[in-house]
Amino acid sequence: MAGSVRRKLTPANTRSRRGADESRLTQWILISVAAIFVGLFLVLPLVSMFYEAFRRGPMAYFAALTQENTLDSIRYTLTIALLVVPLNALFGMAAAWALTRFQFRGKALLTTLIDLPFAISPVVVGVMLIALFGYQGWLGPWLREHDLKVVFALPGMVLATVFVTFPFVARELIPMMQSQGTEPEQAALTLGASGWQVFWHVTLPSIKWALLYGLILTTARAMGEFGAVFVVSNRIAGEMPIPLWVDNLNADHRGSDAFAVASLLAFLALGTLMLKAWLESRHQREEAAGMWITAAPVVNSGESETAFTSNTPS
Amino acid sequence: MARIVRAWLFGSLLLGAALGISCTDPHRLSLLNVSFDPTREFFGEINAAFLKNWQATNATVLRIQQSHGGSAKQARAVIDGLDADVVTLALGHDIDRISGETRILPSDWQQRLPNHSTPYTSTVVFVVRKGNPKNIVNWPDLVRLGVEVITPNPKSSGGARWNYMAAYGWARRQPGGDDRTAREFVARMFQNVPVLDSGSRGATVTFLQRGIGDVLLTWESEAHQALSHAEGLSGEIVTPPESIVAEPPVAVIDRNARKHGVLPLAESYLRFLYTEEAQGIAARYYFRPQLEDAAEKAGVHFPPIVRFTLAEICGDWRTVHEAHFATDGWFDQIQSRRRP
Repeated sequence: MAGSVRRKLTPANTRSRRGADESRLTQWILISVAAIFVGLFLVLPLVSMFYEAFRRGPMAYFAALTQENTLDSIRYTLTIALLVVPLNALFGMAAAWALTRFQFRGKALLTTLIDLPFAISPVVVGVMLIALFGYQGWLGPWLREHDLKVVFALPGMVLATVFVTFPFVARELIPMMQSQGTEPEQAALTLGASGWQVFWHVTLPSIKWALLYGLILTTARAMGEFGAVFVVSNRIAGEMPIPLWVDNLNADHRGSDAFAVASLLAFLALGTLMLKAWLESRHQREEAAGMWITAAPVVNSGESETAFTSNTPS
Repeated sequence: MARIVRAWLFGSLLLGAALGISCTDPHRLSLLNVSFDPTREFFGEINAAFLKNWQATNATVLRIQQSHGGSAKQARAVIDGLDADVVTLALGHDIDRISGETRILPSDWQQRLPNHSTPYTSTVVFVVRKGNPKNIVNWPDLVRLGVEVITPNPKSSGGARWNYMAAYGWARRQPGGDDRTAREFVARMFQNVPVLDSGSRGATVTFLQRGIGDVLLTWESEAHQALSHAEGLSGEIVTPPESIVAEPPVAVIDRNARKHGVLPLAESYLRFLYTEEAQGIAARYYFRPQLEDAAEKAGVHFPPIVRFTLAEICGDWRTVHEAHFATDGWFDQIQSRRRP
């Protein structure tokens, strides 16, 4: 292949015209395919939703958002998120710690089980909770005797959300903690620190970015979860979180109210993404300031670019 | 760093718990009505009327809560612990199941209120395309070659069981009709069904919005509501000469209402459904009221129709369920026959 030979011989800045045209064509096709896809499946539905939400004017929009049941749904969503996120932060850190710092029997099984909520359909989560906590379920007779409600009430919705969002924190932490190794912690231990001190002052600062990403993802999913929560909800207006309330408004033939409340969820999601992007840029700046930077030219198939590879000292 | 994380963890847990407690508000008097899907707007109006009367004579603030979903699913939720004070479902069989599996209401619940605890009824009608291009006017038209019938799956939908029994009942009441000919008629009708949705609303969407099928079988009340909300979508209602009396019964869930201290209130709520005022509201939502002149007073005209009851054609829901909808019942046999 003449082209490839020439490409090998010519320096990167004067590379072959044909190769450049080809790659520019591929580039152009790929970019337009991606743009069309994103436009059709993401931007268009979003725009139509916002259009429908605001069609009756900003007054109607705010009226939809401030009616009593919508405010109740916001309160339910906040409650669920406020309880689920710290619980999963604790569970996630404990799981990641156990899996990266200890060797024990059943470790592979535990690693697999952590991913179960990713793989399992949310409706199964709801049905499992009913099988366990429903009045006909295993704990049913005891719950009924003590007049405690789990499913078809807030506790059930919190449990369902905890289950569904369980892997997010652990999955972010495990690779981070694996790549860091245990040397700094062992050093701290030899210097006489207690287990808690090591955790709070050595481990936590080194995993804080991964933890933050995990928490953001958990928050986003906790606010948006529908399936599992729907199964264990009592479907009473005023006692459902935002996603269920959107569905309920839609079933009530109140389409534009549904779009208005749905746009609120979309704003929450966009806000979460922006927060994540901002944190990422801060993370990179912090790494750039505090850690080694190697600027290495990487040459691949005629393209020359400079990639920044940051290496954490080990 | 450590301090911030700890403060955040405990602070947000505490705030969440406080908010969670504020979500449960045990001091207000409240009544929970667990109902099926197409009654959302109807009970919104009923509750407003009941509350107006209540507030005129009582100082305590009352809140009536509604829960809606598929009838069988709602019954399942009450069995599993949803705290209904009253249930208003699509068919008696669903309330029988609550009573049978939990004993939170007595098994003779249907004898406690007038008309088999059914304050208003409906009937199964046809919705056809504008202008009725396939000229569908009576039940035999549904088994004609090339007519597509939309009805939900009777295994999961209460409404669909009434559709099924309406077709069965019509065939059985024909001269020379018996159980065998009626079963054959139903089997032939289901050969014309291209989609089995899981619920009535789903079937309505399939027919009106996705434009599938030539005729939709549905309750008279749901047909009127769907057509009034379907902007730009057209269809028209055909009332067959004969159809079934669809009875959506109501019942107090004694044990729950007693636990919440609202037993007399729950009873008067259901009795309110039989009053002239509530019967008028029912008529405006195209439920056929039990009070003779309620429809006329509400200015609603119901087309004449000969209606037969489930009891007239084959007894009660328990028998029907065993024969038709249980595993390996007639519906399962029809479905397996369809498969090549």
